[in-house]
Amino acid sequence: MKYIDEYRKKELITALTDEIRRISRKEVALMEVCGGHTMAIHRFGLHSLLPANIRLISGPGCPVCVSARQFIDTAVACSTLPGSILATYGDLIRVPGSASSLEKEKATGSDVRIVYSVLDAVELAAGNPEKKVFFPGIGFETTAPATAAAIVRAKQENIRNFFVLSAHKIMPPVMAALVRDGVRLDGFIAPGHVSAIAGTEMYRPLADESGLGVVVAGFEPTDILQAVLMLVKQLESARPRVEIQYRRSVRPEGNRIAMDLLDRVFELKDDAWRGLGVIPLSGLKIREEYAEWDAERNFDLAVPPSDEPGGCICGSVLRGLKTPADCRLFATACTPADPVGACMVSSEGACAAFYKYRR
Amino acid sequence: MCLAIPARVISIDGTSARVAIEDVEYQASLLLLEDVRPGEYVLLHAGFAIEKVDPEEAAETLRLLNEIAAGGEEAP
Amino acid sequence: MNGMEERIVMSHGNGGVKMQELIREVFLRHFGNRTLNEQTDAAILPADGQTLAFTTDSFVVDPIFFPGGNIGKLAVCGTVNDLAVSGATPRWISVSFILEEGLPLRELEMIVSSLAEEARDAGVEIVTGDTKVVNKGKCDKIFINTAGIGTIREEDRGIGFGRNISPGDAILVSGTIGDHGMAVMNARESFNFTLPVISDCASLNHLIRHVLDRSEGVRFMRDPTRGGVATVLSELAVKTGMGIDIEEQALPVGNAVKAMCEILGYDPLYIANEGKVLMVVSKEETAHVLRLLNDYPLGRDAAVIGHLSGDHAGKVVLRTETGGKRFIGALTGDPLPRIC
Repeated sequence: MKYIDEYRKKELITALTDEIRRISRKEVALMEVCGGHTMAIHRFGLHSLLPANIRLISGPGCPVCVSARQFIDTAVACSTLPGSILATYGDLIRVPGSASSLEKEKATGSDVRIVYSVLDAVELAAGNPEKKVFFPGIGFETTAPATAAAIVRAKQENIRNFFVLSAHKIMPPVMAALVRDGVRLDGFIAPGHVSAIAGTEMYRPLADESGLGVVVAGFEPTDILQAVLMLVKQLESARPRVEIQYRRSVRPEGNRIAMDLLDRVFELKDDAWRGLGVIPLSGLKIREEYAEWDAERNFDLAVPPSDEPGGCICGSVLRGLKTPADCRLFATACTPADPVGACMVSSEGACAAFYKYRR
Repeated sequence: MCLAIPARVISIDGTSARVAIEDVEYQASLLLLEDVRPGEYVLLHAGFAIEKVDPEEAAETLRLLNEIAAGGEEAP
Repeated sequence: MNGMEERIVMSHGNGGVKMQELIREVFLRHFGNRTLNEQTDAAILPADGQTLAFTTDSFVVDPIFFPGGNIGKLAVCGTVNDLAVSGATPRWISVSFILEEGLPLRELEMIVSSLAEEARDAGVEIVTGDTKVVNKGKCDKIFINTAGIGTIREEDRGIGFGRNISPGDAILVSGTIGDHGMAVMNARESFNFTLPVISDCASLNHLIRHVLDRSEGVRFMRDPTRGGVATVLSELAVKTGMGIDIEEQALPVGNAVKAMCEILGYDPLYIANEGKVLMVVSKEETAHVLRLLNDYPLGRDAAVIGHLSGDHAGKVVLRTETGGKRFIGALTGDPLPRIC
């Protein structure tokens, strides 16, 4: 596959790991904040290729994992409304809420469907005018513009039975919060596709204040390793800064059309990140102008607050303070088949990936 | 949040484009991307083309990687 | 142990960990016996001097028509293959139909016609059957249950259980993986992808007989259906107490399947196959068996994908195309398309 296979060549990977080994002296902790990076690192076995002094930490980059449990409860509530179709990305289907999951609701007769594109959900609404179609919007800057485009289309075509439940969030505030929390880090591997949309200027204040390097990385093994190499070089030369490794798809200005759409439909709000608490101005809320397509403003979807189960240390894992292996619930009470905490619920959560690939 | 795949643009049809990855084809939305031409590559994510793949930058990255492999002078 | 679900959920049927749990905690607990506890693809039964293989299967695939086949063809292939991978020559099949009120007769006709044709090609006889009709909504158009009986030669007896499996033995797969699951998934969901993937649904008894008649090196066979190759390997590692090493680069995967896996975030190792056999072959016979497979149309893309190992007992390790290593576990949940 073009633009994929070339970046997986073994000799290039070996060359990068050799180079990293050659110049890297210090103990280094690098955090990635993207579920896609977590998956890629595990899938390609990159941990086994890097020298022991380089530690890759998985941060809160899995949007499913960091969405509050109430979000699932609210989606479940939508699916039980009479005449509803709940159309969702596959990532959410099995995530457990407090008492149920979308998969379980499907089992008891709710109309729950998986879509690949949010526009498919809009189509469903157009084709089923007597039904109410609900779409739970999860994801960061990569995916939020798609939801925005869907809402704009629904408005333009006067489709009034399409509703979005937004749990969209943005990255820079959580990265800053981690630094403020005093998480021990030497640099960030920044998310490639989030940055393709949002550009890289947004990392500058973080880099300036924290003195940490930020390298925007792609998702092939050479991309991630090259980004590690770039961060190691920054550290060895004491020149932390914002750099782009993923230059074939990321420009500093990002995708203006996508960002404009996002700004048109959403505004920032304080938002609860599961395991991390409330982070100011980190969530995306549908603007008043598009309130008619906001599920929460149009339906009574109040759900009770939900506590985290005892023994769950996802908060510490998401901050990179602890590893899955440190959790007493890991692989015993908490497994991918029966997840307890946020980090296990999605296949790219830190604990799920660890369970699958490294035990 | 990032499963996006480079796909070749086959044809443009208004606000969507027919794209191909190997023999797999899809009608990707162009609501987030303008000025796309057949033959170019875009990143396909959740049904949308979200950005182009720049062939020159792609080649430059490979050139850099090959240099490192050859043991030459490398600079980020 | 995690609390068992109070209700059956879809994961209980996916061939993975949850299904194993259900089998152990409910079925075996109540009527387990030595034969059943082996959990082989077919029961190997002594019967007055002969050895018989006996298997049963139910087919509930949705959609009932998919690129490359339909539920009728699948019913024969699945049953024949369960017998064939146990080293048996499939002989007789029963077919029970559960039909939903309202099913068009034309569709039933097409399914039954495929079923008959496949049985003829496989050389098995349908000798008994049953028909039930249920009210609309009580089953999804058509469910088919089969049972199959085959005979096993003395020299092939141990294959069903695995005989003399040793470190260094090779693991072969008879062709490209992930075709069936991907074809069915694409036909069922409306993700709007156009892909030239058809189910690999096929009876493998002739291919397997071709190999068994010409080589004594086959030590074990399984057909990697639900749960995929990964689940079979995972079970094999646990069963033998040995380690398994797999080379990602050696896995035969069609280009379109590979592309769809990248797009949706699937792993071809976990996707169902309905026309492939996984074999454990002695080191000495590996080249010969591979040639035998490659010479046969259904085995054209056969490849050696790994080996049994004395290391990492009970675990399957994949060496990735990039040189890294990771573990492969059994299927936990059905593959779901991701955007992350």
